[in-house]
Amino acid sequence: MTFIGNKSDLKVVGTRPVRPDGVDKVTGRATFGADYTMPGMLMGRVKRSPHAHARIVSIDASKALALPGVKGVVTAADFPDIPSEEAFVGEGPMNFRDLSLNCIARGKVLYEGHAVAAVCAISDEVAAAACDLIDVTYEVLPHVIDVEAAMAPDAPLLHADMFTANVTPKPEKPSNIAKKVHFTVGDVAAGFAQADVIVEGHYSTQPVHQAYIEPHACIASAGADGQCHIISSSQGHFMIRAYVAKLLGMEMSNLKVTPAEIGGGFGGKTVVYLEPLALAMARKTGRPVKMVMTREDVFRATGPTSGAVIDVKLGATKDGIITAAQAVLKYQAGAFAGSPVQPGCMCAFAMYDLKNVDVVGYDVVSNRPKVAAYRAPGAPIASFAAESAVDDLARKLGMDPIALREKNAAKAGTKTAYGVTFAEIGYEQVLAAAKNHPHWKAPLGPNQGRGIATGFWFNIGGESSASVFINEDGSVNVVSGSPDIGGSRASMAMMAAEVLGIPVEHVRPIVADTASIGFTHVTGGSRVTYATGMATVQAAENVIEQLKTRAAMIWDIPPEAVEWKDGQAVPAGANAGGFDPLPLAAIALKAAKTGGPIGAEVSLNAQGAGPGFGAHICDVEVDKETGHVTVLRYTAVQDVGRAIHPSYVEGQIQGGAVQGIGWALNEEYVYNTKGLMDNAGFLDYRVPVASDLPMIEAVMVEVPNPRHPFGVRGVGEVPIVPPMAAVANAIRGALGIRMHALPMSPPKLRAAVDSGVG
Amino acid sequence: MSSLSYAAPATVDEAIGLLAGASGLAKVLSGGTDLLVQLRSGRTRPALIVDTKKIPGIIGIREVDGGFVIGAATSGAMIGEHAALAAVYPGVVEATNLIGSTQVQGRASLAGNLCNASPAADSVPAMIAAGATAVIAGPKGRRTVPVEQVVTGPGRTSLARDEFIVEFHLPKRAPRSADAYLRFIPRTEMDIAVVGAGVNVTLDAAGVCTAARVSLGAVAPTALLVADCAAALVGSKLDEHALAKLDLAARDACKPIDDKRGTIDFRIKVAGVLARRAAAIAFERAAARS
Ligand SMILES: Cc1cc2nc3c(=O)[nH]c(=O)nc-3n(C[C@H](O)[C@H](O)[C@H](O)COP(=O)(O)OP(=O)(O)OC[C@H]3O[C@@H](n4cnc5c(N)ncnc54)[C@H](O)[C@@H]3O)c2cc1C
Repeated sequence: MTFIGNKSDLKVVGTRPVRPDGVDKVTGRATFGADYTMPGMLMGRVKRSPHAHARIVSIDASKALALPGVKGVVTAADFPDIPSEEAFVGEGPMNFRDLSLNCIARGKVLYEGHAVAAVCAISDEVAAAACDLIDVTYEVLPHVIDVEAAMAPDAPLLHADMFTANVTPKPEKPSNIAKKVHFTVGDVAAGFAQADVIVEGHYSTQPVHQAYIEPHACIASAGADGQCHIISSSQGHFMIRAYVAKLLGMEMSNLKVTPAEIGGGFGGKTVVYLEPLALAMARKTGRPVKMVMTREDVFRATGPTSGAVIDVKLGATKDGIITAAQAVLKYQAGAFAGSPVQPGCMCAFAMYDLKNVDVVGYDVVSNRPKVAAYRAPGAPIASFAAESAVDDLARKLGMDPIALREKNAAKAGTKTAYGVTFAEIGYEQVLAAAKNHPHWKAPLGPNQGRGIATGFWFNIGGESSASVFINEDGSVNVVSGSPDIGGSRASMAMMAAEVLGIPVEHVRPIVADTASIGFTHVTGGSRVTYATGMATVQAAENVIEQLKTRAAMIWDIPPEAVEWKDGQAVPAGANAGGFDPLPLAAIALKAAKTGGPIGAEVSLNAQGAGPGFGAHICDVEVDKETGHVTVLRYTAVQDVGRAIHPSYVEGQIQGGAVQGIGWALNEEYVYNTKGLMDNAGFLDYRVPVASDLPMIEAVMVEVPNPRHPFGVRGVGEVPIVPPMAAVANAIRGALGIRMHALPMSPPKLRAAVDSGVG
Repeated sequence: MSSLSYAAPATVDEAIGLLAGASGLAKVLSGGTDLLVQLRSGRTRPALIVDTKKIPGIIGIREVDGGFVIGAATSGAMIGEHAALAAVYPGVVEATNLIGSTQVQGRASLAGNLCNASPAADSVPAMIAAGATAVIAGPKGRRTVPVEQVVTGPGRTSLARDEFIVEFHLPKRAPRSADAYLRFIPRTEMDIAVVGAGVNVTLDAAGVCTAARVSLGAVAPTALLVADCAAALVGSKLDEHALAKLDLAARDACKPIDDKRGTIDFRIKVAGVLARRAAAIAFERAAARS
């Protein structure tokens, strides 16, 4: 069944009901990761490395264990030393061995905050005191923080066995460059030779943290028979199960993971940190162990996304046809391989229909926490550089930046540099909406500037499970395996209600644990409304078939003679008989007599997720004496496919824009000369506060994705791609200076004003 | 495990006795918005906390002899709501009200802001510019010291371990006097000053500055009272020349550090900018108070 095209017929989809999890969240009743307790529970704490890079000579926990109230200590010795194996469990590639080493250091610590031991005790205070009593002897090693320094031939080496992948012949010496990626089409040299105008730029970005408001938290228990249970806040409880089972050498069926409400993730909760430690200690002590990170732990040991150094070069003819695009991207991976440089390379120029493209990327390790996914991993970094360069190109050509983009816009049939040919996409529609928005032509005052930038993200589908159950009274439960970060329970309930033809208030959605619903991939990649939504729709359709069959039994007519309309079974036509419609509740009441409970579960691997495009317009005012930037007005246009619940789509767009503005203006990790982070807290790691921002206007363009019953495209990641370049281009407009380095903080802007170079 | 005692004495003498008799580190508590954060992070591990808020008079604002007496533990919110104080010392009030957020304002005090001894404390340059004095109680009685003499370095004060501040005095104003405080932060709130500037001026009937005090925060180990800045203003109507001299004097006075909140170069430049801007506001306010 496909509903696309009949938007006016939709009764639930496209409306804005109260979200089913909303009341609990605003009244404080919702239970997040740290809200759970279990009988006999212990509190766990992590002993973390005070050094950026050091060899662990010895760990002596005897004094900690002697402290009254301490019940157990674990170190790497308590975990299997698992071999290297690529995993695709979270949002990006992850090696199981690296994950294990990241959760608990073995032999070496690779960044400040790296876990070396964990302790559990009868209270958090005792656990904290015990942590201080664990004696770790280190041999401090030289460290390297910056990406280009880490690539230098004489840089301190993090992993003796790291030989750059994807280079032939295989390098003879190990290095901190984990991988090289290369995408090329056409001939960029020839493309630049055809160009009348060339722009080049050397850009840098800083790592930024996902800055979810809820620190990582979990509770783990282990039965004497080996059956274990974890409750934790994550973007995927099946992901937690897969990782923990692997790291502890368990069979998955012995581990049930229950999802807690999640207080934000943005990609950062698609990996594990605490869960393997908590469960290892629970198994060791026989008592449940709860662990909660502090904000400082979150900054020192989790996330962020990569910082990077990027060189971009673009060439175009006088009339604005881009003839060549070239970039070299060097991404920090943190202490273990696996930066999002590959998607960065793929997204850099994906908005454009280009003949000649050459993009090279390097995945580089250094003594920082291992990066984790962050909304549209890799794309915002590459787009900052690429879309700044496109703006420079428009200026040099004397062209309107939207007109330049329109001239080169990707459309259905455009083949990307990474090989995929686009089907229905909405980039041109997004550009048109931006151009026609009053914001684009509004007047500007002195010291003010306007910038536009665009962005692309793939969006994914993937494996999801959902079930729909009709209760005895005709109310409905929708069960899925997708943790709800952005309002997805509301969307699932709405899609089920739409299909069943009943008011959404009769549909209660829940997220079930790993033992109660089929496998479901993480909430990430903007996939849930698409893929889990598709499973929900199919389950609801299956239920309708059952309802029709039951009605046919009640009426004693063939099932084909029954139709489902507006939540009721009706005879298909005059020939079927003159029966009164049978509402869903009436059929449910008779379920026992017509074959038993009514319900269906659908598990699928959804293909054909539609890519998303966005265009952001930003106005700033720059105080030239202090370098302070005020964002005056911000409009974010995006092709959303079709908005199931428009408020939550707008929320995604606004949230992405805000995180991007923070990334653009103030967020950064400040490292001292010892390789230690100086700003591990929200006071000096500056995410925007509400008073820093204007209302972000979200403009939804709907170009339905034909492969989803309601035309859904993922919407959660695109909006963080354009902001950094949009802000930079606005500053360029206000100051006449191109800023090349993020964050564009007041000291940097003031220095740029003084020197005339950004 | 270490233990922590808490006492809430009802008199100044009792508080002094507790501070003098403590076996380990004793900390005075006003609003706790610094102290509790430091306790939680482990940066300070006192054996005793002496909460002053039960001492009569330590919270509240009185007008005395045309000036103001502000109890040491009076919250920012109470200071902000005091219309007479805000009319006469708008700079001190605006500086105090910049501290933290609505929640923090419900607790944060002038004594805590001063004695936490952060170079970036917002109310301190404003108090110094305003010529505020602190009344310090100790075993030998009370002494009154100018606010600029209380802090001796980051985290250090001139108070003895058995002394604490009971109140602040703001002097009676001459006509056509006013003050102003500005700080620079990268965001719009919930941030620590990268530079702060307090300016207090008195004008004559013609609008010429007859007296001035200028104090800069976050550009040296302690808030500075900069005589050269005052000299740049006295005798002027805040013309371009005076502004340029003020800017230069402010920059010359800075001895900042490079840290996570700003570079040396940036702090120096912004100190000049804020001194000029705060002076302009103070002049305008003073002219309006004729
Ligand atoms: C979220 C947040 C935001 C903040 N923002 C700002 C800001 O914008 N600007 C700013 O300047 N500060 C800021 N602060 C810091 C703090 O709020 C202020 O310094 C506040 O004024 C401290 O006052 P208090 O009464 O809470 O001090 P307390 O925490 O009670 O005490 C602070 C210190 O002073 C000592 N002390 C307290 N009272 C006395 C006394 N009577 N005599 C002697 N010593 C005493 C204490 O022993 C302690 O060492 C912020 C704090 C937080 C938590």
